[in-house]
Amino acid sequence: MDITLRLAWRNLWRQPRRTWLTTGAMVFSNFLLVFMISLQFGMYGMMIDNTLQVFSGHLQVQAPGYLDDQKMRQVVPDVVPLANRLRAATARDTVAARGWAFGLASSEERSYGIGIYGVEPDYEPLVSNIPGLLQRGRYLDDMTAYEIVIGSVLARNLRVDVGDELTLLGSGLDGSFAAAVVSIAGIFESGIRDIDRSIAEMPLGAFQEVFYMGGAGHQVVVVAPSLGEVPALQASVEAEVSHADGLVVQDWDALQPGLKQAIQADMSSAFFMYGILVVLVAFSVLNTQLMSVLERTHEFGVVMSLGMKPGRLGRLVMLETALMGLLGLVLGALVGAAFTAWLGIRGFSMPGMEEMAAQFNLPSRIYMQPTFLSVMIGPTVVFLFTLLASVYPALRLLRLHPVEAMREH
Amino acid sequence: MRIVPVLGRLAWRYLWRNHRRTIVMLSAITVGTWAMIFMMALTRGMVDQMIADGISVIPGHVLVHDPDFLDDPSIGNRVKLDDDELEARFGDAGFTAWASRVRVPAIVTSERESRGVTLLGIDPVAEQSFSFVDYAAVEGRFLEGVDDNGIVIGAKLANTLETRVGKRVVLMSQDPDNDIADRGFRVVGLFHANMEAYEDGYVFIGKRTAQKMLRIGNETTEVVFLGDDYRNVEPVYDKVVAAMDDAFRVSRWTEVDTYLGTMLKTMDGFMVVWVVVVFLALSFGLVNTLVMAVFERVREIGLMLALGMKPSMILGQIIIESMLLLAVGLFIGDVLAYATVRPLESGIDISIVGEGMEMFGMSSMLYPALYLKDVVMANVVVLVLGFFASLSPAWRASRYEPVEAITKVG
Repeated sequence: MDITLRLAWRNLWRQPRRTWLTTGAMVFSNFLLVFMISLQFGMYGMMIDNTLQVFSGHLQVQAPGYLDDQKMRQVVPDVVPLANRLRAATARDTVAARGWAFGLASSEERSYGIGIYGVEPDYEPLVSNIPGLLQRGRYLDDMTAYEIVIGSVLARNLRVDVGDELTLLGSGLDGSFAAAVVSIAGIFESGIRDIDRSIAEMPLGAFQEVFYMGGAGHQVVVVAPSLGEVPALQASVEAEVSHADGLVVQDWDALQPGLKQAIQADMSSAFFMYGILVVLVAFSVLNTQLMSVLERTHEFGVVMSLGMKPGRLGRLVMLETALMGLLGLVLGALVGAAFTAWLGIRGFSMPGMEEMAAQFNLPSRIYMQPTFLSVMIGPTVVFLFTLLASVYPALRLLRLHPVEAMREH
Repeated sequence: MRIVPVLGRLAWRYLWRNHRRTIVMLSAITVGTWAMIFMMALTRGMVDQMIADGISVIPGHVLVHDPDFLDDPSIGNRVKLDDDELEARFGDAGFTAWASRVRVPAIVTSERESRGVTLLGIDPVAEQSFSFVDYAAVEGRFLEGVDDNGIVIGAKLANTLETRVGKRVVLMSQDPDNDIADRGFRVVGLFHANMEAYEDGYVFIGKRTAQKMLRIGNETTEVVFLGDDYRNVEPVYDKVVAAMDDAFRVSRWTEVDTYLGTMLKTMDGFMVVWVVVVFLALSFGLVNTLVMAVFERVREIGLMLALGMKPSMILGQIIIESMLLLAVGLFIGDVLAYATVRPLESGIDISIVGEGMEMFGMSSMLYPALYLKDVVMANVVVLVLGFFASLSPAWRASRYEPVEAITKVG
């Protein structure tokens, strides 16, 4: 073992209590950082997935301007053939065509204004989680059947159940009066009140008939297996769509502009807190190392007069800090990762989270996974700042004069 | 007790004997205190804003509904008391403000498009506190009375419907017999809101006009009461409950808007956690500083003990030393926090992440709010926990055997 390294290690344990207290500060912060960062990464991932899974998907092909206005006549012509072409071009089944119209849904007793999606029964379950959230009845299966699936709150407010009939009133693509009687095939419950209250889905073929859409629809939804694969998928979708006239491809950030910003806003306040923790640890280290240098002034004077270079002494102090920092890093990361992994199995919940979760489309228990990045990023930053904090005490050594130093005490 | 000033003076001098260490520790305490208070001011400001916005979207600290209305907001579940009876019950009861209004789902249709909205039939004179409406920026005019024949809709909705001031739209809802109730309105005003969802979702008509259209006589769907402080609605709540019977449901705003209600509680908890976390991060350094301070003057302590100072005085002196250190750090941190928050109180523009903040339910200006009780809480928590943290090193110092301590080689 290198002599400087051995010296540094021994110096640390001359004051075990002080070393443990300083390391303790690091372990404490590292533990918190690992836990918080893993929790954040986990939550962001879930927020994105859960929000996009409901309706928007990762990409949508739309008419220009539809994103802002959602007007009936901003259509994608021949939407089903386009969806078929996209399925072939991307070699994925997670592509589905949709139409959307606003209409009045009436039961015998009540009427409510709702948003009606026309969907492809075969493909919709691959791009949205609504079909999987059926509480009663079944999902749509026939492209042209006059059937509908509605949300649970809407069903309750309309006082209807599976098998009952609903009258839909609205206006068609040409502005003419559109009306139809459909039977309720199923009732879904997403847990998001707004969706359960105001959304219905019917087969696209029937939708096009009722609203005089011809072959047109309003969007083609594309879902990628993961966020990372979105750009590549977008490129292949765009290559295919450019043939069709005047359509645009919107990515998830454009479809859900609040999502990324909510994450950014949350991140910036979190980083402020992390920053403070790191700075406090750095102060703690600075204090310890400064003291340990000052109290050894006499001793340093002796070794310098015996011929040790001040530079080497500086390295010794830095090395001591690095060893201490490494100890804090390893212990903190280990404890943090273990705790996070344990919570990942048990699920994490805290008071008030249910209401917050509902607001952000999250489950009320969070199961998080410590990843290498989420575990290492916090402790590494703490380690770097620890080293930075020891620069000042180390630099003081360069100005040390052996004779004066030996006179201390 | 005469000894305390002496111990205090001793402690103060000891602190400055090793001024470098004290300054480093003071900086740490200062940064920690500043961060505690600054963060609290931001969070408070955020929550206050959310609540101010949230409550005044549909203003009312205490609300009276039919028991079924919140779950099923239809005209059938209205408050079956007409305006004259309400006036008789609450007219002179001394509420800061109260009003009754019609709120039901409806559909608004132009020549081009239809959309689902929430119809608000209000008394525009009694209620001018819909904070999301920027009254100064209404295009055209806002409603003028309960009998106003016009409709005021959001600018975004007007764009979707392809309508504008002066044009007609049809409003459609249900009457109590489940028949369609509809009526044509002239758009008299377009309002702008701090959040797009409001511009899309609400339309205003006069209360009397709404009652006529929906054929509900003089009745409304909700009665709302405002108190002086949204955090303390109990006095208003108790008064309203006393005046109503079981046929009605009286709710505090925290029960109607559970998200905001929970948010308020969670944030209060979060602030305590934040203060404790910062303190813990500081405490390692604090204990360390004290341990070193004791360690380097073991001989002096031994000498003092040998000269007849009681161990309890040594204990007291170290604790006073620690408290002084914390108090000075807290004071500088408090002043610094005040100095940084004050200039920001006119508002921080966070519109870069505006749409994200909308998801949280807040607009894009953040007004930090420094509450005295938060500052006091932070300071007290630090001092109390600091006291306990310094007990161990202080205890050890007071337990030295005088002879051993004096002969200890420094």
